[in-house]
Amino acid sequence: MAEAATVHSKRRITNLVMTSLTAICAVFATSVLLIIIGFIAYQGISSLSWEFLTDTPKPVGEGGGIGNAIVGSAMMTLLAAAIGLPIGIAAGVYLAEFGKNWYGNTIRFIADTLIGVPSIIIGIFIYTVVVMPMGRQSGLAGGLALAIIMIPIVARTTEEMINLVPNSMREGALALGAPQWRVSWNIVLPAATSGIATGAMLAIARITGETAPLLFTALNSRFYNFYYDQPMSSLTVQIYNFATGPFEVEHAMAWAATLLLVGFILVINIVVRYLTRKKY
Amino acid sequence: MEHRIIDQQLDLLRDKILLLGGATEAAVNRAMQALVERDSELAKKVLDEDKIIDQMELEIDQMSIEILALQQPAAHDLRFVISVAKITPILERIADHASSIAEAAIVLNNEPQIKNYVDFPIMAKTAAEMLRSALDAFTSEDSQLSREVIKRDKEIDSSYKRVFNELLEMMLDSPQSTTGAAHLLFVAKHLERIGDYVKDICELNVYLTEAAFIKHSKHL
Amino acid sequence: MQSKISIKDLDFFYGKAQALYDISLEIPEREVVAFIGPSGCGKSTFLRTLNRMNDTIPIASVKGQVIIDGKDIYAPGTDVVALRRKVGMVFQKSNPFPKSIFENVAYGIRINGIHSSKEDMNNRVEKALRDAALWDEVKDRLSTSAFGLSGGQQQRLCIARALAVQPDVILMDEPASALDPIATQKIEELVVELKKNYTIVIVTHNMQQAARVSDRTAFFMLGKLIEYNPTQKMFTNPNEKLTEDYITGRFG
Repeated sequence: MAEAATVHSKRRITNLVMTSLTAICAVFATSVLLIIIGFIAYQGISSLSWEFLTDTPKPVGEGGGIGNAIVGSAMMTLLAAAIGLPIGIAAGVYLAEFGKNWYGNTIRFIADTLIGVPSIIIGIFIYTVVVMPMGRQSGLAGGLALAIIMIPIVARTTEEMINLVPNSMREGALALGAPQWRVSWNIVLPAATSGIATGAMLAIARITGETAPLLFTALNSRFYNFYYDQPMSSLTVQIYNFATGPFEVEHAMAWAATLLLVGFILVINIVVRYLTRKKY
Repeated sequence: MEHRIIDQQLDLLRDKILLLGGATEAAVNRAMQALVERDSELAKKVLDEDKIIDQMELEIDQMSIEILALQQPAAHDLRFVISVAKITPILERIADHASSIAEAAIVLNNEPQIKNYVDFPIMAKTAAEMLRSALDAFTSEDSQLSREVIKRDKEIDSSYKRVFNELLEMMLDSPQSTTGAAHLLFVAKHLERIGDYVKDICELNVYLTEAAFIKHSKHL
Repeated sequence: MQSKISIKDLDFFYGKAQALYDISLEIPEREVVAFIGPSGCGKSTFLRTLNRMNDTIPIASVKGQVIIDGKDIYAPGTDVVALRRKVGMVFQKSNPFPKSIFENVAYGIRINGIHSSKEDMNNRVEKALRDAALWDEVKDRLSTSAFGLSGGQQQRLCIARALAVQPDVILMDEPASALDPIATQKIEELVVELKKNYTIVIVTHNMQQAARVSDRTAFFMLGKLIEYNPTQKMFTNPNEKLTEDYITGRFG
């Protein structure tokens, strides 16, 4: 009896210690995020202004802003999404619905490898096959680099979302005499829509934060540029330029641009949360 | 083969119907003994114990209904419960006939003996043997034995005819024995009815063991 | 007896593992046939050979014949799409599509191009819902999501969906196993009602259900057909000891 009681209380203490430990770790992890966001906001908020959001960069001391970088980021993200989403989603559908063979396995392996490749290597690749033949950096090259980063992510999340669609739903449609492609197209895909949209949003958030692949491909520009065949500014590269500059004013502008970027990614994450909320 | 909940209840039901069968058999034997040995005390005992038999019938009825409703028996289990539910009132009616014989015995025992009972004990013995065999056949689910018992019903029927004619002659020969002879006639009729009931029990046992309905059919 | 489906010497394999052994069975037109047996006995696998749903499993293979209306559905050149239109199926777990109630029923009509006009489509959907005894409960909310229905209603919706393509045969794989008793009763009443116009094969774990709704019962064990007889015979006096032991709960 006494022995059992000892074992029991020992178990309770272990339980208490472990629970507290995990709770502390959880608080630590979230507080790091909060501290970072808070620090960025503190550093960046003072430089935010209408001028900052709309103007182009000017020589130190004359003010200026990141308007052209915002437009550039948006244009390149749009291009990347326009190329990357259809290809990625189509590939994901293929992998989920028809890819249970050696060919599918090969594609899956390549996609997983591609996800793990450092993004600067993608930049170098695009530099070789697009920038060198064209003779100059461009928004097109930047968008392509981002698209290549995006495709395997979208493909794999799409596949996983489609795999979550219960098999019984496929069988229900097959049993009505639907051919396989119709089952995939108008039963499985609609059922996975919110999941696929989530994956797409997260992929967009991911590429918005990319700097390395753009350094070689889109380079930068001090002016508003609405043409894909010209070098293009982006938020991330602009932040890099500001942050590596020697002046305090530039550093402050880097913080403000960072705040904008983090805010954007945060908004996307909240939208994703909202999209997926209904289901659970 | 795992043990099922229904098995306990079926075993209990079997015990109860066998007890009822034993009590009914005893009632018939004692009633006849009371008549043949002119023992009115024994006859009264038969009448008293009929209440116990009625009580047993109620218990078995309730239990059968409960098993049907709660356990939903199938196949042999189902046939067993149905057979028990149908045999129970038959046994109770046999016991009622035993009571009627006991009542007749009490009346007859107050009158002078009018006849040496010769055919009666034979007829009673046949009826008792048939009842015993029918219950044995039910216990061992021996449908062959049941079929043999059914054939013996003819023996009782022919005994009945013999007794009937004998008593009729007696009434014509000596009118003073009419009352006694009339009572005996009823006793004979009761025994004949018991034979019919035993036959019904046997038919139900054939249903239980073979799922075959032989009632109202010429083939055994 | 007029056979709607004749199964002759059917063997079924998952890869090298044999799941069904030499099954022969006649299913009469406009009767309800129930398949019973312990889990893994092959009754669902067998059911799915009757509309070739097992085709979706790459390693599955079939030997023997399944003859429906005189044609072997495993003969080369069989149109599986046409077969499945003729032999409808309702599954264990109700599986409505993520669409409106109307569109769920309309789906099969649409993909098979059965309807002649919008008007005709509306009539067909209504008839299917009426036949599935669901119309009165959903007629005012046809455009709302099918997921808003209760479990029992969802299952009847799936039955309506199957009826909408005008099959001859309906296969039901434990259609009421996830439903409460009232919803189960409705499905059972529906099965008996549908028997007037359809041949129905139902797999069930619930022996009382098989007893209540079916005309004939087939008992399977370890991939073999042990006994096939009229239901009242199966449940009062089965021929086989194994059947008796199973239906009286001695194993399974």
